[in-house]
This record gives sequence, structure tokens and C-alpha cells, in this order.
Amino acid sequence: MESYALLIAATLNAGTVLAIAALGLLINEKAGIVNLGAEGMMLCAAIAGFAAVVHTGSDVMGFLAGMTAGAVLATVFGLLVIYLGTNQYATGLALSLFGVGFSAFVGIGYVQEKLPQRPAFEIPFLADIPLVGAAFFKQHPLVYGVIAFVFGLMWFFYKTRSGLVLRSVGESPESAHALGYSVRRIRLYAVIAGGALCGLSGAYISVAYTPLWVEGMVAGKGWIALALTTFATWRPARILLGAYLFGGVTMLQFHLQGLGVQVPSQWLSALPYIATIVVLALISRNPAWIRINMPASLGKPFQPSS
Amino acid sequence: MLKLELRPQASNFWRYGSPLLALVITVALGIGLFVLLGKDPLRGLQMFFWEPVKSAYALGELMVKATPLLVIALGLAVCYRSNVWNIGAEGQFVIGAVAAGGVALLADKETGRWIVLAVILAGVAGGMFWAAITAWLKDKFHANEILVSLMLVYVADMVLGYLVYGPWKDPAGYNFPQTKTFETVTQIPRLMSGSRMSVGLIIALLGVAAVWIFLFRTRAGFAQQVGGLAPAASRYAGFSSRKALWLALLVSGGAAGLAGALEVAGPLGQLTPYVPSGYGFAAIIVAYVGRLHPIGMVFSAVLMSMFYIGGELAQSRMGLPKSITGVFQGLLLFSLLACDTLMTYRLRWQSRSV
Repeated sequence: MESYALLIAATLNAGTVLAIAALGLLINEKAGIVNLGAEGMMLCAAIAGFAAVVHTGSDVMGFLAGMTAGAVLATVFGLLVIYLGTNQYATGLALSLFGVGFSAFVGIGYVQEKLPQRPAFEIPFLADIPLVGAAFFKQHPLVYGVIAFVFGLMWFFYKTRSGLVLRSVGESPESAHALGYSVRRIRLYAVIAGGALCGLSGAYISVAYTPLWVEGMVAGKGWIALALTTFATWRPARILLGAYLFGGVTMLQFHLQGLGVQVPSQWLSALPYIATIVVLALISRNPAWIRINMPASLGKPFQPSS
Repeated sequence: MLKLELRPQASNFWRYGSPLLALVITVALGIGLFVLLGKDPLRGLQMFFWEPVKSAYALGELMVKATPLLVIALGLAVCYRSNVWNIGAEGQFVIGAVAAGGVALLADKETGRWIVLAVILAGVAGGMFWAAITAWLKDKFHANEILVSLMLVYVADMVLGYLVYGPWKDPAGYNFPQTKTFETVTQIPRLMSGSRMSVGLIIALLGVAAVWIFLFRTRAGFAQQVGGLAPAASRYAGFSSRKALWLALLVSGGAAGLAGALEVAGPLGQLTPYVPSGYGFAAIIVAYVGRLHPIGMVFSAVLMSMFYIGGELAQSRMGLPKSITGVFQGLLLFSLLACDTLMTYRLRWQSRSV
């Protein structure tokens, strides 16, 4: 039983990494922009966050550094895509390729570094409940933070005027433009916000999730987060559920190994990627359904005519 | 303020000027990076642009690295011109190498030279199979080919890892994760002694001609590109978009697999966890910088090969991390995309009051 509690705890933790990044990408996509650079932003943020913690000893500084790194890279991407009208897919890809190289380049001096030991966070009293406490109440604060953020984001998207404007920019930029909104500026803000969240997720990986720096340590989580937005048909709550689902698949491999299941470890490590492919295929099966849910101008450039 | 003004017609000058300007920008940024790191920028430039071309041997090495890049990029160009976004060439490269390696492992002392052909064909088939998964999921389930092909890169790495740590591990290899070294008979024939250049280079150049003819001189190649540029027109003309999808992915997968076979039966000579070298991703940049044009990609493949060799030299002689190659590759693609704006737009100074 104890191991199941730990499995749940690990699942929530792994899901949080994916959820933060995917929610950031959701903000982008609601505004009509696909950023394939998630993996690169997360890697750069991971090394930025890790280095910040090494030098300052403060996790908060690490998260801030990661968010800044993500936001800066996203700004470059946004300026190119939104103002120069470059191809979104190619530019995002460039960002990912750059991020992989750049993070490895900058991080070379940090490979051997270790982070200081920090006390584990737990919620008083609740953490003492047998099993349930270990499963749910001994998590990093961000694990709870992301749940609150999902509700905040739902409120923002569907209950506020700014949220409506953001969505209209992704659905019909022409109409938003005609109403006098600056489509390009709103899109840029959305891209920067998305980058900051991808950065937070990257920093969470290197600061809290697996506190070390290894080249390429994000290991495709940025791409899985991209798949999650489709999987969730662009709805915040479903992104959270999907993230936990994928977090569970990721953690299942360690759990199965712990149980002594005789499967080569490589097959288990491939599980999250295979699961992503399968889920993506199942969810995309009905193109009409995707079309209804997808922001109508997703991936399409917009240049105001006047 | 600076304003973008749509050109009535795409500029032909910037079509070819843009990659050159992008290279200039990348070099300028590179010089800045060297200065920032306290390294002599001239020496840095020398590593990247002089050392790789200064002798016949160095030129040969330049070609050795340019060959797989060019082969993969040729396939990707067909793919991207059809508006199919295969970004998992790295995975197709790895599975091609695995399939080719599997055949090469079957060879023994008595095997004839024909095995080389089998090795190459196995590589092509392996890459095609891996790309076919993406094609099938896109065709049947409309699954996004970008994400699927990319996810399959990770899966391909796991397949390779499983084989070299498991069933294919060399029993006499002191438990290192690698297959036994292939028999010499499986080696891709070299062009001359004293250089590692192989017939792979000839195959790549034949590929350039083949892709050029296919794209610009055949009806099938035309149909393929119309589907990419104007899907509606293509449907009206009766070109099948499904056929275009399959063809694009099979060609690019096959090319990446071929490159994998040439690598594993060429310079590598065995399967190890280090087969994935990033060529599949670098080839995306080669394809773009070469304007998705077969001849342009010859130049960009050589340029990218310079980046690889320069990175290795910068590591061994200047104490810089090898990953500087990846930084420059990314910067080059970024600059290119930005410069391409000049193709369709012209820059104009305009006072704010207008």
C-alpha cells in the first residue's frame, strides 16, 4: 500500500511539470500561436534555474531565473513570428534546436554541481494521515499552485473581458482587429506568458523534480506538453487531468521496475512517448471534433492591413 | 519608425541573398560569443572556416560529415515542399542504422561483397518503415505528424538502446553496450585510400540529381508541390493528397534510413548508443538554408559540416564545449528565418505621423 501512495505522489509531481508547460502553451494557442520551441525554452530555463539556485541558494530565485529565460526566448520567437511573419513551425523548431545546443553549452560547468539539501515541504497535520498524507500532502508547493492556477486560468479565459479578447484574437484576429484591439501586441503578450510558464516548468525540473543538471534533461517533456493541448481539446481542466495521466505513465515504469516486472527498461522508458502517440491518434481520429475545439486561427499569421 | 511594406513580387535577390546575410549575422554573433567568453575570435573563425578546408584530408573529412546531412536533407526537402512536417528524421536515421546494422551482423568470413547492397537496402527500408508509422497515423487518424514523428525519435533511441544493451550486445565486448564490430566485407566502399570518403558521397550527389529531376521535371514532383502550396488547387487538379503524404514521408524516411546505413556501415562500423548524432535535426537546418533546393542544399550541407568540425576543433584546441555547434546551428536558422522576411517585405523608414 505504501508504494501506491508513493506512486500517486510521484504521479502528481510528474504531472505538475507537464501541466505548467502545457498551460503556458495553451495560453499561446488560445491566442492563435503554436510555439514548437517549448522543449528549447524548458531546457534553457532548466539550466538558468539550476545555476541561479547554485549561486543564490534560493529556489525562488531559481524559478524566477527560469521564467525569465523562458520569457526572453519567447519574446524573440514572438517578435519573429508576429512582427516579421516568419513561419511558426520553423521558428519554433529553430528555438528548440537552439535551446538544446545553448543549454548544453552554458551548462557544461554545472554538470557536477549539486544543490544544497532542502527540507521537504509538507502540509501540517494533513501530512500525518497514514497513506493519504504521503500520497497528497507532502508535495512541492507548486504542485498545489498549478491546481489553483488552472482555476484561475479558467476564470480568466471564460469570465473576464481580457480573456475573451485573448480568445477572439485566436479565433478571428480580423474581427478583433476591426474592434480596435492590437492583435499583434496581445499575441506577443500571450507568447511571453506562455514562455514564462514553460520556463517555470523547466526550472521546476532542474530545481525540484530531479535536482541536478544533465544535458537534454527535459527529455521530450516540452513536446509531450504540446501534445497535451490537443489531447485536452484546448481546455485548462482537461490539461491538468491529461498531465496527471501522462505523469502516471511516466512513473509507472519505475513502479513496475520496483515490482520486479521482467520487461527491459528501455521498453518502459519508451512508454510515455508511445502513450503520447496513441493518445494523439485516438483524439485526432475525428477531425470535425478537433476543428470545433481548436482556436480557428491557430498557426495562421496575421498582419493588419492598415 | 521602421515599417514592413509588402513587395508586389517576392524578391529574387533576397531569395539567394538571405542565406548569405544569415550566415554573416551568425558569424557576427559567433564573434561576439567568442569575445564574451574571452577567446580569440580570429582563432575561433579559423577553427570553423579555415581548418576544415585547409588540406585534402580535411576536405575529405568535411565531405564525410556533409554526406549524411545532404542525404537526409534531400528527403526532407521533398517532404517540406509537400507541406508535410516530418521533423523526426533523426529517428528514421537511427532505425535505418539499426536495420542496416542488423544485416551487417549477419555477415561472416565467407560472405561476399553483395552484403553491402543488402545493408544499404535494409537501412532504406528501416527508415521508410519508421516514417510509415507517422504516415499511417496521419492518414488514418489525422494525428499531427510533427508530434508523432518527434515522439518516434525517442522511441527509436530506446529501440537502439534495448538492442545494444540486450540481445545484440557483443558477448566479447567486456559488457560495453555495443554490438561486435562488423566484418570488413560490410564496409561501404571507400573512394580512395588515405581518406574516409566513401561511395556514400556519390550516392548523395546522384540523389541531388534525382531530387532535382523529380521536383522540377516530372509530373509527380509537380503534383507533390502543388499539394503543399495550394491544397485546394491540388484537389481540383485531381492530385491525391494522401498519395502526396505517403510519398513525402516514405522518401524522407528512406533517405534518412539510407544515411543511417551509410554511417553505421561506414565511419562507425558497429552499433553503439552513440549512433544518434543529431544529423537528423541538423539536416532540417540544411534543408532550409539550402532553400529546399537540391543544389542549394549541397552548399548548406558543407556549411553545416563545417560547423560540426569547427565545434570539435573548438573543443580540442580552445577548450570550448562541443555543443557550440548546436548554438551556431540554431542561430543560423533563426537568422535565416528573420532574413527571409526581406524576400516578401521591404523595409521602409516612415515617420510616425503618417
